[in-house]
Amino acid sequence: METPVHTHAQQTSVPPLVRDRIDNFHGQQLLYVGWDHHTMICAPIALLVSPELRFSELIDSLLPASAFALHPEWPQVDWAHVEWLLADRPFTPERDATLKAQGIGHKAYLRIHTPALRGIAGTGA
Amino acid sequence: MNTQDTRRPSGKKLSLKEKYAQMTRGLGWDTTYEPMDKVFDQLGLEGIKIHDWDKWEDPFRLTMDAYWKYQAEKERKLYAVLDAFQQNNGHLNISDARYVNTLKLFFTGITPAEYNAHRLFSMLGRQFPGPGAAIACQMQAVDELRHVQTQIHCISQYNKYFNGLHDHTVMNDRLWYLSVPKSFFEDAISSGPFEQIIAISFALEYLLTNLVFMPFMSGAAYNGDMATVTFGFSSQSDEARHMTLGLECIKFVLEQDPGNAAIIQRYLDKWFWRGYKVLGLVSMMLDYMLPKKVMSWKEAWDIYFVQNGGSLFNDLSRYGLRMPKYWEQSVAEAEHLSHQTWNAFYNFSGAAAFHVWLPSDEDMAWLAEKYPNTFDQHYRPRIEHYRKLQAEGKRYYNPSLPMLCQTCQTPLIFTEMDDPTRTSHRQLEHDGDTYHFCSDGCRDIFAGQPDKYVSAWLPAHQILQGNCVEPGAEAAGDPGADALRYFHVVAGQDNLDYEGSPDEANWLRWKGLDKMPPAAAA
Repeated sequence: METPVHTHAQQTSVPPLVRDRIDNFHGQQLLYVGWDHHTMICAPIALLVSPELRFSELIDSLLPASAFALHPEWPQVDWAHVEWLLADRPFTPERDATLKAQGIGHKAYLRIHTPALRGIAGTGA
Repeated sequence: MNTQDTRRPSGKKLSLKEKYAQMTRGLGWDTTYEPMDKVFDQLGLEGIKIHDWDKWEDPFRLTMDAYWKYQAEKERKLYAVLDAFQQNNGHLNISDARYVNTLKLFFTGITPAEYNAHRLFSMLGRQFPGPGAAIACQMQAVDELRHVQTQIHCISQYNKYFNGLHDHTVMNDRLWYLSVPKSFFEDAISSGPFEQIIAISFALEYLLTNLVFMPFMSGAAYNGDMATVTFGFSSQSDEARHMTLGLECIKFVLEQDPGNAAIIQRYLDKWFWRGYKVLGLVSMMLDYMLPKKVMSWKEAWDIYFVQNGGSLFNDLSRYGLRMPKYWEQSVAEAEHLSHQTWNAFYNFSGAAAFHVWLPSDEDMAWLAEKYPNTFDQHYRPRIEHYRKLQAEGKRYYNPSLPMLCQTCQTPLIFTEMDDPTRTSHRQLEHDGDTYHFCSDGCRDIFAGQPDKYVSAWLPAHQILQGNCVEPGAEAAGDPGADALRYFHVVAGQDNLDYEGSPDEANWLRWKGLDKMPPAAAA
């Protein structure tokens, strides 16, 4: 860890402005989703979702309207066998539970891992 | 401080050396109404110790009157060329209208950065008690302002004929990808005075500026853009002075106190990485946007950073400095950087103020030759897929918003070097919130100053918070359309592909290519 650097502004007692605190999202939260080895979709996506969103709605309605659905391998995703990662650690979602109920909080990062699918021409794209 | 009276008896002309002493060092004095440490109140905050400001050497020994004379001469030459360029419709002599998209990137991304550099050096000059350093900052502040003006005047000719150049200041404040260079400068300008000068004069000007100026100016020369070449030349002699200031500054600080080296190394580590991340845009420009190519990003990085930077750090090792942290990673990534950056703009060209296009067969052969380890293996197949989709009229656009790095603000488009198909992602928890990063370098920078980076204005998040709506305009209800209007990007004119754009239609008409059969015109 780096030694903290004290600049002029940090000498004051004004608390830092946390621009992306959950209160600024009007009752919603941020959720990031990535799909491993499908870099044609150039970056993980940022979604605005309700903490009460059920995991099934994420899979059945939000993701099919996202960039991922435009990938040629999207129709081949076998949702029963997707390996999920939350904060880069293996995670087993519950389809019928809400994000909040299964600990998927504000600014959580979910990854979809589909070992059988390796992107365009097997290049990870 | 120099307080002695060095005036000469009246009537006698001063020698150059005396004039220099009078007009630089003679301007410094110790304050008496207020203590010096209160007048220069930011100096002590960073832990850098300066024992003798008079040891600051100005290698150019320029006085303001000589400075005005030199600059005026350069201006006369520059404006003569710009006049000729306008009268002869010089914009018609460029290699291809696609080339102008590099100017759009430069003008919206770099010209406003020059203005921020002007502001930074104006404030910095006020913070240094040594007149040598203060005057060097003052001259650089004037230089930077001159660069902004000459760039605006040069590019105004292009603005009459091409789209996307009409609003560079608003775009720089709002447009998503421009938050990368913008946040770089705002990070610098809100740092302590020594960090500012190390960030800009050393890390940017000395270590990395060749990677901005060389590609753009050589690119201009190769592609027939004499106006840009001329402002490049006009800036170049200033850049040489700025680079010397950077080197002088770092040596001065290191020689003043042995304890300074550790702090300077930390600044170098940070600003090397910050600068490198901004250069992703330049890598795309070199490899994907110049119709006539100059050199590849990998070649440029090898010459200007690995070789030149390497020998510089050899010289500096006697002060206990080493190469900046993670420099080896930048070398490994040189094989991937431009391809991944270009792919992001192909994804999001609907929300950009310049056009993109697919590389031609010839371009791809060049890319394969320059990137034998990566292009065919990782990047050609996706481009061929895009080509197939376009031929079918199903051009792929990314309709989602990207996840951004909290520090450099780039979308998470980079991959791990041990597995170039897996997204590089780091995260940490701070004060109850989660923060995400594109790299170890960006995570470390955040961890060093979390209170600064928690306030980052990340465009994707601002759009989702509902803050990116043009003031006074009614929200269209479609966040994409609202954001575009907020960016001042005119839909269907400034954005999307070059093929089918008004820029392309105009160019073909001006060059008489619109009446030719499509195969011949291409």
